[in-house]
Amino acid sequence: MALPRASADRPFLSVSDLSVRFPTEDGLVYAVDGVTLSVDRGKTLAIVGESGSGKSVTAQAIMGLLDRRYAQVSGEVWLDDEELISQTEEQVRHLRGSRMGMIFQDPMSSLHPFYRVGDQLVEAINAHRSIGKTAARREVVEMLGRVGIQAPERRFDDYPHQLSGGMRQRVMIGMALINSPALLIADEPTTALDVTIQAQILDLISSLQAETGTTVILITHDLGIVADVADEVGVMYGGRLVEVAPTGRLYERPEMPYTLGLLSSVPRMDRERPDRLDPIPGNPPSPINLPAGCVFQPRCTYSQIVGGDTCATVRPELTETEPGHFVRCHLPVTERRRIAADIVRELAGSPR
Amino acid sequence: MTTEPHEILRVTDLRTYFPVRSRGIIQRVVGQVKAVDGISLTLDAGETLGLVGESGCGKSTAARSILRLVKPTGGTIELDGQDITTLSRSALVPIRRKAQMIFQDPYNALNPRHTVGSIISAPFTVQGVKPPGGVRAAVQDLMGRVGLNPEHYNRYPNEFSGGQRQRIGIARAIALRPKLIVCDEPVSALDVSIQAQVLNLLRDLQQEFGVAYLFVAHDLAVVRQISNRVAVMYLGHVVEMAPRKVMYTSPRHPYTHSLLSAVPIPDPQRQRTRRRILLEGDLPSPINPPTGCVFRTRCFAAQERCSVEAPPLIELEPGHMVACHFPVTEIPASVATRA
Repeated sequence: MALPRASADRPFLSVSDLSVRFPTEDGLVYAVDGVTLSVDRGKTLAIVGESGSGKSVTAQAIMGLLDRRYAQVSGEVWLDDEELISQTEEQVRHLRGSRMGMIFQDPMSSLHPFYRVGDQLVEAINAHRSIGKTAARREVVEMLGRVGIQAPERRFDDYPHQLSGGMRQRVMIGMALINSPALLIADEPTTALDVTIQAQILDLISSLQAETGTTVILITHDLGIVADVADEVGVMYGGRLVEVAPTGRLYERPEMPYTLGLLSSVPRMDRERPDRLDPIPGNPPSPINLPAGCVFQPRCTYSQIVGGDTCATVRPELTETEPGHFVRCHLPVTERRRIAADIVRELAGSPR
Repeated sequence: MTTEPHEILRVTDLRTYFPVRSRGIIQRVVGQVKAVDGISLTLDAGETLGLVGESGCGKSTAARSILRLVKPTGGTIELDGQDITTLSRSALVPIRRKAQMIFQDPYNALNPRHTVGSIISAPFTVQGVKPPGGVRAAVQDLMGRVGLNPEHYNRYPNEFSGGQRQRIGIARAIALRPKLIVCDEPVSALDVSIQAQVLNLLRDLQQEFGVAYLFVAHDLAVVRQISNRVAVMYLGHVVEMAPRKVMYTSPRHPYTHSLLSAVPIPDPQRQRTRRRILLEGDLPSPINPPTGCVFRTRCFAAQERCSVEAPPLIELEPGHMVACHFPVTEIPASVATRA
């Protein structure tokens, strides 16, 4: 991970200062507020956060899926050498499905219930390439096989309701990958699935990625999934990225108090339990009425260390504390590292 | 069978089948969905039994059958020494004082047209209980205990967040100081930071009132956090039951091994070196379950005998029960997808 650089050595995907606002009757909703990130070719970036943190809207903005009549989108999204935000909907539609694909949480709402699954994949091919009918069918059957569907020849003619949830998710992955996109965005791809099926799907995404060199952005709330598949992680809270780091580093040496709070809130399957969990107090902020300074300040137990009302009034910037590790926090670096080290040690204290 | 004094719940060979009807005008019963097919368990006062399994394993139906929200097909349910399996609707009313339920979806479990005060006081009204000091004071005391602001007595559910709504459901459930609360996925709709708050609350209330929880969930980490003992279900059967630590550190059923290995843990170094089994295919249909052992079609340890003879749940060591002909101590390297 690096912040966007000069175009010559620009990473494969780079997003800079992306903001999304939705005007509503109750006021302006700041869904995404100045997100800057980048992903190198073939890597997996996970974006984690809780409901309302803006992670899904970030993905939709990158894919150009937000209706510009309702969403105010600003900033830049560079996919290789193309800027996406400034393009027309027509232009972005051509990129979607060919250069970038997306997998959603709920496969049932992304597959048309009236059409055979095979035909829906053929349509995905026809939207971007003109190949013959038989060639398209052959390609679809091959793809269904690759995503692990048994007897793909027969399944081609099934309707979505005839497939189980895990199989539908496989079909959707097949549809997203049929035109070999260079970027795949997976938005909570396994949240609706059981853990044993989730493991199958995560393995499938990883092996297809290794095969094709696709760049993946994985949106999730599950810190276990992040630990399993991501190269880099961005933590979102209140519409902002609050910490970005290589995966190993984020778990071993996190710095932002919100990340620490998340890690201490998660019950662990691999450790004997602590007597009580250590949850983050309070509730997430309203996106209409975000705190003026740090978005996490109202729930942060360390803001008094900073002193004065800096945390409440001054917006912290995402700054690099180590190469590749960015933190948005007013706490002095030494101080937050000391706090984090204590918590990480405590979390690791009771092995199974 | 004598019931020990501290035993609050004893379920024996519970079965709940749902009829499958043919289409058309004459809807003949053409089959049965064996949602729960002969489970037995006990729960002591002040204890938490976690009931885990994947969707369709019958854990929610089991929970609902135990509280008689769904009619069981067979078996017996004894609550605090009393057989409640066949009690009539009216005879069940006093039973609800002893056993309550918390639901998964805090949005649908609360009537949107009732104030929080009237929702939490409903148990008092239904049971004709007059708490000392009056209903309002009792309700406000409950609200304080579960971490809600008692001044919000007259607000409506839509004015609360998901976590706060779950607290309302919990306040209602503990109003009559029940001995048992059946919790059906109580935290799975909540974000992790809120989930941790609610888990801590459940724990505090248990320590304060000595209530027992039957905690139904699919999240194995949450279950480890809250439970004293854990039962794993698969296709209507309990396949393994053990004290918490035993279940997570030395399980014996091949399904438990597969399930635990599939859950990613939030520790990149360890997660990427864990041995894992990928189960093939999907859950078989509970209308037409496999012969013999229900798990044999996806099991790495299955042999000839498994298709012929259903393995009974037997006690391998005190408190650790497994329904398997060939229990395993660890995932064999030959079947792991990742070393």
